[in-house]
Amino acid sequence: MPLFILRRVLQAVMVMLTVAFIAFLMFRFLGDPVNSIVSQDATQVEREQVRERLGLDDPLLVQYGRFVVDAARGDFGMSYRNARPVSALLAERFPATAELVLVAALMSLAIGIPFGIYTALRPRGVLSQALQIVSLIGISLPTFVTGILLILCFSVWLGWLPSFGRGEVVDIGWWSTGFLTASGLKALILPSFMLCIFQLTLIMRLVRAEMLEVMRTDYIKFARARGLKARAINFRHALKNTLIPVVTIFGLQLGGLIAFAIITETVFQWPGMGALFIQAVNFTDVPVMAAYLVLVSLIFVVINTSVDLLYNVIDPRLRTERKPATNAGI
Amino acid sequence: MALLEVDRLRVEFPTRNGTLTAVDDVSFTVEEGEVLGLVGESGAGKSMTGAAIIGLIEPPGHIAGGEIRLDGGRIDALRGEALRKVRGKQIGAIFQDPLTSLNPLFTVGDQLVETIRTHLPLSVAEARRRAVDWLAEVGIPAPDKRIDQYPHQFSGGMRQRVVIALALCAEPRLIIADEPTTALDVSVQAQIIALLKKLCRERNAAVILVTHDMGVIAETADRVAVMYAGRLAEIGPVKQVLEKPNHPYTAGLMGSIPRIGPRPERLIQIAGSMPRLSDIPAGCAFNPRCTRVFADCHVHRPRLAASGDGAVACLHYEGARP
Ligand SMILES: Nc1ncnc2c1ncn2[C@@H]1O[C@H](COP(=O)(O)OP(=O)(O)OP(=O)(O)O)[C@@H](O)[C@H]1O
Ligand SMILES: [Mg+2]
Repeated sequence: MPLFILRRVLQAVMVMLTVAFIAFLMFRFLGDPVNSIVSQDATQVEREQVRERLGLDDPLLVQYGRFVVDAARGDFGMSYRNARPVSALLAERFPATAELVLVAALMSLAIGIPFGIYTALRPRGVLSQALQIVSLIGISLPTFVTGILLILCFSVWLGWLPSFGRGEVVDIGWWSTGFLTASGLKALILPSFMLCIFQLTLIMRLVRAEMLEVMRTDYIKFARARGLKARAINFRHALKNTLIPVVTIFGLQLGGLIAFAIITETVFQWPGMGALFIQAVNFTDVPVMAAYLVLVSLIFVVINTSVDLLYNVIDPRLRTERKPATNAGI
Repeated sequence: MALLEVDRLRVEFPTRNGTLTAVDDVSFTVEEGEVLGLVGESGAGKSMTGAAIIGLIEPPGHIAGGEIRLDGGRIDALRGEALRKVRGKQIGAIFQDPLTSLNPLFTVGDQLVETIRTHLPLSVAEARRRAVDWLAEVGIPAPDKRIDQYPHQFSGGMRQRVVIALALCAEPRLIIADEPTTALDVSVQAQIIALLKKLCRERNAAVILVTHDMGVIAETADRVAVMYAGRLAEIGPVKQVLEKPNHPYTAGLMGSIPRIGPRPERLIQIAGSMPRLSDIPAGCAFNPRCTRVFADCHVHRPRLAASGDGAVACLHYEGARP
């Protein structure tokens, strides 16, 4: 078991080093960083001085090592465009994205799992079939289209919900939250719904398919034969087995949510990291792009690793894998 | 009155190419505390008969005719809560594969306690004590430790013991054991059967034992029912059916079992194979393979006729002609 954790963590570190290398290469190949720092009319001598100060003449590996060490300390240098530390920019934007993704993730679970269970238990019901069709549409429409339709419907026609921004936010330390004001909560609804649609339909369909599969297994048949209550069979025996693959997919998708937040943030002018990244791309603001890349990858890797470990907690077959076999088999 | 009466049971599967009759006009009874063996080739409808009794036929299959009575009360049309209360409490079931019969995510103790408390008014602590007793009863060493282990920590034979404990823990009066040892190592098969027999005898529970193993039948069953193509071919006391079979099919079935005797006999095999449900011949379903076939066999479908202490569905016997 500890060996397993160690192996997983080592893998995660390898992935991060690779990502850091790609981010590092961006600095070399997306324009000359010296141009972005010195003024237009700088002399060759001045330019050379900057080069030296930035260590750009050192061997590639040394530069990469320096980049990794700095990045590990959260130092990605200065933004070319804003002339502020990249880490400060990201920290400022992080809460907006985190809250958006969190709400979207919870929504996808809170709606997707019950709907999936319902459609599995009543496969021929009218509501189930309607849900199946709606979810098919949900999974096939591009998210920006659904986002724009949502704005059209709830902001333009009905005027119920704001079409952009976070509403009023409250600062708690460095974290600015939209959870504590009515306008902040209202502003969250449309963007988080848009963001979660894909994942919601995915979870619903996954739960449905898994649940149907589990309901056919021998242990469910045997549970029925023992006269267990329908509630215990559906929600204890079947659901727990159903949720194992759901945890995996949910974990993988959580990273996806953060990545897809770029589109949602653009459509709703949401002041998060995704919007910052799009700005950075427009201005070839390499430090910001690199930092975003590393940060999002880090989140991906942390989530995936946690999911793997969580899997062990849920499924006892994996947990006891390496117990001595003496008392296990007779 | 018999404990269980199955009366002209019919189980059908609607399919695209017409209706298949998996169990066709099957009648038999099971007395209190009796072990009834149920034998027949693969696909004969043995499992389907068992599933019908406990109300577990998978849709679109359904009981299309006949009655099943427990203590004289009909149970074939029960739904929902009423059906649930019969399962486990009145009729228990043991299936073929112990490896897949237990939920992998719950400890055996959880599964036992849950089953006991569903049917008996006991506290968790009392149910747990009883669960430990049951594990000891089915021969699991160190039951107070094993109770907190998961199914995958048990071997196949041990798991089938747990399954037996689960099937018996609410003290049902009838157990349907569908090939309970087929998936197990030959060396533990006999132990499991002996255990099942002992526990049921002690509690006066009746057993319907589905098996392909005639040795098990000879040792365990009081009576045997032989099925062929969804129909009952013959039923009677185990000695009579095994030693003086009436139906040509049963005779063929017995002839195909190797025996250790003074001089090695040739094994007799029944020619051909059982027809698919979609093309069962007219008249007696066994007529294409029967060694004693005559003209009427292609015309009349035999009924069960009394013969000796049992009954046989063959036109060679008085009363089988409809
Ligand atoms: N879902 C289904 N649709 C159509 N026919 C089915 C279905 N399930 C089972 N049958 C048919 O019902 C018949 C009886 O099957 P059953 O499982 O009772 O056989 P069995 O006697 O238990 O055989 P075995 O010894 O192999 O377990 C078989 O011919 C099978 O093809
Ligand atoms: Mg069977």
